[in-house]
Amino acid sequence: MYQFLYNLIGNEIVAGLIVAVVPLTIILLFALFGIWLERKVSAHMQDRLGPMRTGWHGWLQTVADLMKMLQKEDIIANDADKTLYNIAPILVFTGSFAVYAVIPFSSKLLGSEVEIGLFYVLAISSLVVAGILMAGWSANNKYSLLGAMRAAAQIVSYEIPTALIVLSMIMLTGTLSLDKISQMQTSSFWNWNIFGGAVFGLSKFLLIPFMFVGALILFISTLAEVNRVPFDIPEAESELVAGYFTEYCGMKWGMFMLAEYGNMFAVSAIISILFFGGYQSPLGYFGNTIGAEWLVPFEQGFWFIVKGLFFVFVQMWLRWTLPRLRVDQLMTVCWKYLIPYAFINLIIIGIISIL
Amino acid sequence: MANKMALKTETMVLNMGPQHPSTHGVLRLELEIEGELILSVKPHIGYLHRCFEKHAEAMTYPQVVPYTDRLDYLAAMGNNFGYAVAVERLLGIQVPERVEYIRVIMAELQRIASHLVAIATNGADIGALTPFLYLFRDREYILSLFEMTCGARMLYNYMWIGGLSHDIHPDFVRKTKEFLKHFRPTVVELNNLLTFNKIFIERTANVGILPIDTAINFGASGPVLRGSGLAFDVRKEDPYSIYDRFDYEIPTGKGLVGTVGDCWDRYYVRVLEMEQSVRIIEQAIDNIPEGDVQSAIPKRIKPPKGTVYTRVENPRGELGYFIISDGNLNPFRVKVRAPSFVNLELMGELCKGHLVADVIAILGSLDIVLGEIDR
Repeated sequence: MYQFLYNLIGNEIVAGLIVAVVPLTIILLFALFGIWLERKVSAHMQDRLGPMRTGWHGWLQTVADLMKMLQKEDIIANDADKTLYNIAPILVFTGSFAVYAVIPFSSKLLGSEVEIGLFYVLAISSLVVAGILMAGWSANNKYSLLGAMRAAAQIVSYEIPTALIVLSMIMLTGTLSLDKISQMQTSSFWNWNIFGGAVFGLSKFLLIPFMFVGALILFISTLAEVNRVPFDIPEAESELVAGYFTEYCGMKWGMFMLAEYGNMFAVSAIISILFFGGYQSPLGYFGNTIGAEWLVPFEQGFWFIVKGLFFVFVQMWLRWTLPRLRVDQLMTVCWKYLIPYAFINLIIIGIISIL
Repeated sequence: MANKMALKTETMVLNMGPQHPSTHGVLRLELEIEGELILSVKPHIGYLHRCFEKHAEAMTYPQVVPYTDRLDYLAAMGNNFGYAVAVERLLGIQVPERVEYIRVIMAELQRIASHLVAIATNGADIGALTPFLYLFRDREYILSLFEMTCGARMLYNYMWIGGLSHDIHPDFVRKTKEFLKHFRPTVVELNNLLTFNKIFIERTANVGILPIDTAINFGASGPVLRGSGLAFDVRKEDPYSIYDRFDYEIPTGKGLVGTVGDCWDRYYVRVLEMEQSVRIIEQAIDNIPEGDVQSAIPKRIKPPKGTVYTRVENPRGELGYFIISDGNLNPFRVKVRAPSFVNLELMGELCKGHLVADVIAILGSLDIVLGEIDR
C-alpha cells in the first residue's frame, strides 16, 4: 500500500502518514462501533433495547461517552507510581493498535507488507502484558494488583496454545506473511485452511478434522488473551471491581476500553486469516464476473469486515451467555487440555503436510 | 542459613466492601489472603443499622408494621406476616379466612420474587449477567401484582394486625394465574441457561461445603440449612396461618453434581422451592373465600401482659419475632431473629481454604440481605 500511495502522491512522508493513519482510523472506528454493538447485542439478548436516544438506535452513544470521558478530571491517586501509571494505558493501547499494521484488510489495503507478519503479531501483542502489569502495580490498589497478577498469568499461559496453532499453520502454508496466507486461500471457500487449504487430494481430507480442532483451540485461547468471558478473570467485575484498571478514570480508562475492543477485532482478524480465507470471498468476486477489476479489493474489504465481525459477534454472544471460570480452572483448561491438544494437532498436521 | 536466604513473605489484608459490586449492600468483609488463597474471612456489619428494635419500643403496635418492611426488603410481605402473626397471637384473635388465604398467596409470591433475586445475583456474581435480567423480568411481574394490590412495589405495609390494608384487586386472581402459567417455562429456561451450565457447576459444586452438623450448630435456617440435607421448614414444623391445609414438599440438597451442602445445592434448593411455592399458590388461588379483609379489633391495640415468640418461614430462613408486652400501647421489647444474620456467621467457616473468587460464590449462595442483618 505504501508503494502504491508513493507512486500516486510522490511524497514519501505524506504516503507514510496515510499508511499509518488508515489502520488507526479503522481501529478507532471499530472500537466505537464495537462498544455500541456490544451494548445492542447484550441488550437484545437480555430482552432490553439498549441505548436508543442518541441518534438512530443510539449509534452516537459511544461518541457521546467518548466526549464525556475526554472532559473528565484526570485523577491520579497520591500513592500511585505516576510515571508507570501514565505509561500503562498508552502501552496497552499501542500493543493492540500496532497489530493492525500488518493485517491485510484486502489485497490492496495493507499497512505494511512485513514478511514475518505472524511473528510480529505474536510479539507485539505480548506488549499488552507489560502494560497490564504496570497498570496493576502502579495504581497501588490491591484489586488492581490481583487483577494484574491474574492477567499476566493468563495471557502468558494462553500464548502457548496460540503459538502452537499458529506454528502448525505456518508449517502448512510455509509462510509467515499474513497477506500470502490470505492469497493462498483464494477462489472458493473449499480452499480455506479450515477445509485443508488449496491443495487437493487425500491429505486435504485428512487435514479437515484437525483444522477444525485447531481453529477451535485458537479461538478459545485468543478469547482468553483478550480477557473476554468466560476468561475475563483479570477484570472480573463482581470480584475485583474492574481488575487492573480499577483506579483509572477518564480517557485513560477509555484507552483500556478502546484497546479491548481493538484487540477483539484483531484476534478475530487473525483467526479469519489463518483459517477462514482472510479477505477472500467464499464464492468468487462479482467484480471479476462483470469485468470491473477495481471492484475486487472493495469486495475483499467487505468480506474481511464481515468475517471479523462474525467472530466478534461470537465473542459477545459467549460473553452474554456464560458465567466466568475461576483462576485455577482457567489454568487447568490451558495446561491440561489446550496445550496437549495443540501439541498433538501440531504433530499430526506436520506429518500430514509432509506426506 | 536457608531460612535467612528465603524470601520474606507476608499475608495481605483485602477489604472487600462496604462498596463492592457483590457484597449485596454495605457488608464489609475483611479477607486475609495469601496470593489468592483465603486464610480467614471476617464480616463487619452495622453500616445499615437503623435501631429498628429500639425504635419499635417508642411506637404503637400498628405503627411498627411499616418498619418491618425494611428488615428484609426483598421479602417485605414475609416480614409483615411474621409481625402480624406475632401480635395476633399476643392478642389472641383469629383473622378471617379470606385474610389467611390472601396472606399465604402474597407470602408465596414474595418467596418466588425473593428467590428470583437470590438466584439472579448468585449467577451475576459468578459472571452470568443474562439470567440476571431474565429473572428480574419475571420478578417485575410479581411486583406489578403487588402494586396492583397495595400500591407499593417493594415496601408494602400490607399485612396489618388483624387483617390487610387493602382487599385484592378484581383482576388479581386472573393475573396471578397468568403469571403462574408463564412462570413454569421460565424455570425450565433458567435450568437450561444457568443451573446445569457446565461452568456454573464447576464454580459452585464442591465449593463452600456446609456439613449438616455445622449448619445446625450455627443455627442456620432456610435454604442454607435445607441445602445441607435437612428438611426443616417452619411451615411444616410449626405451622402458622393455614399452611397445614396445602400439599407441598420441602426440597433438600442431594449433592446432585457435587457434595451435599455445597453452593450448588443451596442454589438448587431455591429453584425447587419456587416450584413448591407455585404449587401452594395454585391450591390457594381458587379457594379464596368471600368476606372482610379486616377483623374487628379495637382502634387502640393494647395486648395483655405477656411474651410471645413467633417464627415464620421467610425466603431467607426462620424469621422470629420476640415481643414483650407490658400491657401498654407500645411493645416493651421487640427482638427480631433475622435469618441472614445467623447465616452470615457461616462465612468464616465456609471460606477457609478457598480462593477469592469463591468468596463471592459462597456469599451469593448464602443470600444475605443487609437490611435485616443490621436492622
